[in-house]
Amino acid sequence: MTGSAISIDNVTKTFGGGRSLFGGEQHAVHAVRGVSLELKDGETLAIVGESGSGKSTLARMLVGLERPTSGTMTIGGASADELARQGPQAFGRMIQYVFQDPVASLNPRKTIRQILDVPLRRLRGLDSGARKARMRELLDAVQMPVDTLERYPHEFSGGQAQRIAIARALAANARILVLDEPVSALDVSVQAQVLLLLDQLKEEFGLSYLFISHDLAVVESVSDRVAVMYLGEVVEIGDAQDLFRQPEHEYTRNLIESAPRLAGAEKT
Amino acid sequence: MSETALPSAAAPQSGRLSSWQLLMANRLAAVGLFALSAILLIAILAPILPLPDPDITDQPNRLLPPLSPGHLLGTDHLGRDILSRLIWGTQVSILVGISATAIAALIGSLIGLSAGYVGGKADNIMMRLIDMLMAFPYILLALAIVAVLGPGLLNALYAIAVVNIPFFARNIRGVTLSIRHSEFVDAARLSGKGHLAILFTEVLPNVLPVIVITMSTTVGWMILETAGLSFLGLGAQPPTSDLGSMLGQGRAQLFTAPHVSMVPGIMIFLLVMSINLLGDGIRDVLDPRLRSGALNRPMAVTTIDRAVKPEPRKANAALLEVANLETGFRSGNRVNAAVKGVSFSLNKGECLGLIGESGSGKSVTALSLLGLVASPPGVISNGAVYLDGEDVLSQPDSQIVAQRGGRVSYVFQDPLTTLHPLFSVGDQIAEAITAHQRMDGKTARAQAVELMETVGIRDAQQRASAYPHELSGGQRQRIGIAMALANDPDVIIADEPTTALDVTVQARILELLQKLRRERGLALLLITHDFGVVAQICDRVAVMKDGEIVEQGETSDVLRAPQHAYTKRLIACVPELGVGRAFLDKVRPLFSGKGAEA
Repeated sequence: MTGSAISIDNVTKTFGGGRSLFGGEQHAVHAVRGVSLELKDGETLAIVGESGSGKSTLARMLVGLERPTSGTMTIGGASADELARQGPQAFGRMIQYVFQDPVASLNPRKTIRQILDVPLRRLRGLDSGARKARMRELLDAVQMPVDTLERYPHEFSGGQAQRIAIARALAANARILVLDEPVSALDVSVQAQVLLLLDQLKEEFGLSYLFISHDLAVVESVSDRVAVMYLGEVVEIGDAQDLFRQPEHEYTRNLIESAPRLAGAEKT
Repeated sequence: MSETALPSAAAPQSGRLSSWQLLMANRLAAVGLFALSAILLIAILAPILPLPDPDITDQPNRLLPPLSPGHLLGTDHLGRDILSRLIWGTQVSILVGISATAIAALIGSLIGLSAGYVGGKADNIMMRLIDMLMAFPYILLALAIVAVLGPGLLNALYAIAVVNIPFFARNIRGVTLSIRHSEFVDAARLSGKGHLAILFTEVLPNVLPVIVITMSTTVGWMILETAGLSFLGLGAQPPTSDLGSMLGQGRAQLFTAPHVSMVPGIMIFLLVMSINLLGDGIRDVLDPRLRSGALNRPMAVTTIDRAVKPEPRKANAALLEVANLETGFRSGNRVNAAVKGVSFSLNKGECLGLIGESGSGKSVTALSLLGLVASPPGVISNGAVYLDGEDVLSQPDSQIVAQRGGRVSYVFQDPLTTLHPLFSVGDQIAEAITAHQRMDGKTARAQAVELMETVGIRDAQQRASAYPHELSGGQRQRIGIAMALANDPDVIIADEPTTALDVTVQARILELLQKLRRERGLALLLITHDFGVVAQICDRVAVMKDGEIVEQGETSDVLRAPQHAYTKRLIACVPELGVGRAFLDKVRPLFSGKGAEA
C-alpha cells in the first residue's frame, strides 16, 4: 500500500488565450499553474482553497473532463494521455468523481436504476443479472433502501441524493475517488452522516480520496494530508495536523483565522 | 392564460391526468382543442362523407350562392362544390402543415442539439448559417426555394420546412447549451457514455418538452405559410384544392361572389386560431416555470388571513416583536404550514441569530415580517409583527410596502441575483434612497457614494459607476448592505448574507455588520445555517426546526449547554478546527443504526 494512486507533475491549465474567429487575441485565464501533487494509495489528500483557486479545474482534469495544457498526470499507474486515448471508459474504470450538487448530478428524467445501470454496463460490462445483484450491493453500501431504484432524483433529499451519487461512483469499481465539495451543499447533520459514510466506504473498499473543500474544519476531520491552493498554485502542502497547527504560508494562516469558530461566542 | 398557472401549485407531481386537467382548466385552450378536433375529424372522414367529387366542374351551375340545393356552401367559378373542396382542401393543408412542422422540427432540433452540444467553432459556424437563413424575409426565401424546385405542393412543403428550421435550431440550441454544462452530463461521461449516447439519452429527454412546445406553437403558422404560397399559385396545383389555392382562385370573384373566397378564409382563421390557442395551452402546461407559478405576478403583500386581529402593544415594547407568527403555503384547499407559531423579540442594537437546517422555515419567517412571502401561494394565517409596539401586518398594504427598505431592510444571500445587472451599483443605491426620500439625483448619488464608503468600498467615487458583474462577491455583498442602510433603518434582516462567500471574505463582511451595529445601534436579525457565524456576531440565538423555535437564549449559553435534543445534535455535528479526526468518532454514536435517514 505504498504505491501512488495519483501523481501529477507540473500540470497547468489555461482557458482561452487562443485566436478568435477574426484573429483577435482572446483573454487567457490561468486556472492551474504548475501544480505537482501525489495521492498515495489509501490516503485522503484534501485540497483547500477559495473560489477561483483552481481546485475544481484540477479535479476535472484528473477525471478526464478537461485536458491539461501542459504537464503529466499518472492515474493508478497509467499515464493520463494514454487513458484519454482509450476513451472515457478507461478513465472511468480508474477514477471516479462525486459532484458538489448531488441533485444536479443526477439526470432528472431517469430513475435511479437507469442511472446506476450505465456505469455497470459500460464500465464493468456486467450482464443484467449481475447488474441487479451489484445494484443491491451498492445501495447497501451507501445505506439506501432497495425501493430507491424505481424512484426519480427529485424524490430524494440532498443527503440521499449524495448517497446515490456516491453509489454511482463506486459502481465502476474505481479505487480512486475525487470528491468535489461533496458535503458543502448539505445541512450539518446530513454532512456529518455523509462524512461518516465516506470514511466507512474507504475502509471497506480500500479507496483513495482526493477531497476538495473550502471548509477547513471538514477537511481536518477527514484528511491525512492537505494541500492549500491559491490562485492556481499549491502554496502549501503537508500533514493535516501539522499544517493546521503551524501554517507556514501567510495565506493559509489567513484562511485558518477566518474560519468561524463556535468558541467565538466567548469573545463578544 | 393565467387561469392555467393558478391551480398548478395544487397539482400533484405525477401524471398525465393533472396535465390534462390543467389544459382543460384553460378555457381558451379547451375551446381550441374542441374546435381543432372537430375540424380534424371532418377532414379525416372526408373519403367517407357523402360529398360530391371536388374536382368535377359544372359550368351551368357556377358561382351558386351558399345554401343552394345540393351545394350547401355554393359553387366556385367552375361550378365545383365548395363544401367538398373545403373539406378535402383542409385535409391537404393540415397534412402539409404538420409534415412541414415535423421536418423542420427534426432537422432544426438536430442542428440545435449538435451545435449546442459540440459548442466552439462548429456551433459558431452552424449558428451563423442559421442567422443567414433567418436574415431573409421568410416569404422571399420560400419563393426562391419554390422557384428553384418548381411549383407544387411537395416543393412548397420543403420550402416552408426549410424556412422554419432556424426557429427550431435556435430554440433547441439554447436549451441544449444550458443542459450540456450540467453536472449530470459530466457524470454520464464519467460513467462511460460516449458523446452520441449522452446527446440522445441524457440531453434529448430534457430537451424534448421544448421541442414539443415549439412544434405546438408553430403548426398554425406553417399552415398559414402553406396557404400563402398556394395563394400565390406556388403550392397546390389545380385541380388539387387546398385552402390557400381556393382563396387565390376566389380572389377574382371577390366582388361578385364573395363567399367563394370567404369560406376558405374563415376556415384558415378557425384552423390556425384553434391550433394557436391549443398550442399556448400546451406550452403553459409543459413549461415548468409557468407550472410552478413562478411567472405569476405575486401580490404586493403576502395574503394576510388571520382569525383575530391582535391588540396593539404598550409603548415600551421591544423594537421588533414577533408573536405567534404562522405562515403557510396554500395548496388546493389546504394550507401547508411552514412557520408554526414563532415568537421572538429584538431590541435596539441587538443581534438575534435565527438558525436552522434547510426547510426549517427560517427564511419564510424572515420574509413574513414585512409580507414578502410570494402570494399566491403564501398566506400569513396567524400572529403579529410589532414594530415599536404597532402591528405591521394590520397596516394597509401601501404602508407595509413603505416600511420595506425604510425602517426595516433586507440583505439577501446572493448579491449577484439581487442586484440588477444593467444598472451601475451607484444608481441602484441611489434608487434605494429615492424610493423613500424626495431628493434630486445628484444628492442621492452623493449619498450613495457616502454609503459605499461606509461599507468599506475603496475608491467609492469610481466604483459607483461599476456594474455588479465587475465587482467581487464580497464587494457585491457590501453594496447589498449599503442599499439596506440607505434609509437609516432600525432593523436589518440578513438572510444568509455570507453563505455564498469565501471564508476570508465572510469574516470581513461579518466584521462590517458588527461595526455598523455598534455605530448605528442597528438591530440585526441574522438568518443562517452556520453556528460559526452565529457564534461570531449574535447576542442571542433562536434554533428553528420544522417551523418552530425549539430553543432560544444567549448565544454562549446555547452553544455551551444546549437544552433541546435537536440543538445538541446540531451543535455536535458542526466540525471544528482543531478537533481533527476525532470529530468523526464523536458524531458516530449519534447516527449509529439509522444510516439512511439523511
